Amino acid sequence: MYPRCRILVDALNVPMREYFRNIYRGIWTVLIGMKVTFMHLFTPAVTIQYPDVKLKLPERARNRLYVNMDDCIGCFQCDMACPVDCFKIETVKSLPTEDLGMTSTGQKKRLWVTQFDIDIAKCCYCGLCVYPCPTECIKMTDVYEFSEFDRHNLIYNYATVTPAEAAEIKARTAEYEKEQAAKKAAAAQAAAAAKAAQPAPAPPSGNPPPSPPAQSPS
Amino acid sequence: MEQVLQNLLHNDILTYVIMAVVPLLWILPYALFAVWLERKVSAHMQDRLGPMRTGGWHGWAQTLADILKLIQKEDIVPSAADKKLHFVAPYLVFIGSYAAFAAIPFSSAYIGSNINIGLFYVIAVSSLVVVGLLMAGWASNNKWSLFGAVRSAAQIVSYEIPTALALLAVVMVAGTLNLQTINQAQTGWFWNWYLFQKFPFIFIAFIIYFVSSLAETNRTPFDIPEAESELVAGYHTEYSGMKFAMFFLAEYANMFAVSAIGSTLFLGGWNSPFGDFLSGPFWGVFWFLSKGMFFVFVQMWLRWTLPRLRVDQLMYVSWKVLTPWAFACILGVGFWLML
Repeated sequence: MYPRCRILVDALNVPMREYFRNIYRGIWTVLIGMKVTFMHLFTPAVTIQYPDVKLKLPERARNRLYVNMDDCIGCFQCDMACPVDCFKIETVKSLPTEDLGMTSTGQKKRLWVTQFDIDIAKCCYCGLCVYPCPTECIKMTDVYEFSEFDRHNLIYNYATVTPAEAAEIKARTAEYEKEQAAKKAAAAQAAAAAKAAQPAPAPPSGNPPPSPPAQSPS
Repeated sequence: MEQVLQNLLHNDILTYVIMAVVPLLWILPYALFAVWLERKVSAHMQDRLGPMRTGGWHGWAQTLADILKLIQKEDIVPSAADKKLHFVAPYLVFIGSYAAFAAIPFSSAYIGSNINIGLFYVIAVSSLVVVGLLMAGWASNNKWSLFGAVRSAAQIVSYEIPTALALLAVVMVAGTLNLQTINQAQTGWFWNWYLFQKFPFIFIAFIIYFVSSLAETNRTPFDIPEAESELVAGYHTEYSGMKFAMFFLAEYANMFAVSAIGSTLFLGGWNSPFGDFLSGPFWGVFWFLSKGMFFVFVQMWLRWTLPRLRVDQLMYVSWKVLTPWAFACILGVGFWLML
């Protein structure tokens, strides 16, 4: 605009016209400003009253994770994709006699998912876990109000089996595996015995042949 | 009213106590309302909503909740502060603004003290606020407080001159300093108001008065003593709890005081704008308060319209624009009266 400093240094240096124009502009622009603000008194507010009124989220909004455990095959793809390690997954092989059913995408479920925890407090809502899922069972929903008073309540347990059931499953599988191992060992021993019955050529070096794994006294 | 109370109570002291407390009955609810209004006005001027939840309808109880909070707050006094001055300052500021109400006629039947030098007294006693502000700034032992206080002192002292000169133009027309008499001289339709007398001199004097009253109450665009972006909160940076509330109350009481003086001198005070229509002591209170509230609203309106002035601009406006023009008004009115 005009050099106000000069006006201040010496009012006499400034032509009188400038002085009057300054006052005129001062008053006039204030009136213009007042008109603008007065009009805004009657403009509807842009604020919405959040808990009562909510904005519609965009369709692809990424908020709380949801896992549809019916489709989870325990592949750990989401865990591997997660940049902040908010997953804690544990799987146990199912027995051949057990049928865990199929996913909705037609894959056979072979693993018990005994633990599937998501620490949503760690989650950074990047959505990277969503894309690798082969059965599309992990999704980001539009739920964003899930504050808690205790941080531990933000660890979501998605596993469909209770801890007691999980322990039972684990014990059963361990026993089965042990049996399998015992069978295997027995078979190997039988094979070794059969082999030993035949006259075997002497080993090329002084090393003894690899012995079968030591059997547990079960 | 004084006479009625005397006849009723036959007790001088009680009468004067009641007379003195009456303006407080208006100021306290007014301050609560004005703080709420300020927030609503600011919000709607910025296309927001402002407080909406407390109390239900448009957050009407927000300031009640605020004052309850302030009452419960710990009263923190800085260890390096001057304890006595720090304690006295907020009350002194409020006394300064409240004392002005003593000579302001709320209605034809009520004026705290019907003294002949009413206007002079009001101008003089409202300067007490400066002392309180300086005291608060100095006692806090805080650079921001001191800056704010010194700025405020410089500002209020500068702007008292155009204020007084602009009021003097009216006093010349009225020929009295008694605010009740000035009011009675404006009885009748609104063209009897001094605002429209001796056109345009009194009108210009009114604008000068209004601008400088903004500065005297430290309101935007002259809020450099509080300048929250530079000085945290100016002179009341180190105050909390009820002492802070006293500053707040004093600011709003001051806003109403200058508005009341403006409406008394220029807009007929308790006079109805329409002659005898809705006039009388009780309607007088209504007209007086609504005129005052209108100016309070204009002050808020300006606050949310204008940015803050720089210190040198502030001094420029006072000394090179308002003061010469106020003198010109006095001269113009003087010549008119002589002719």
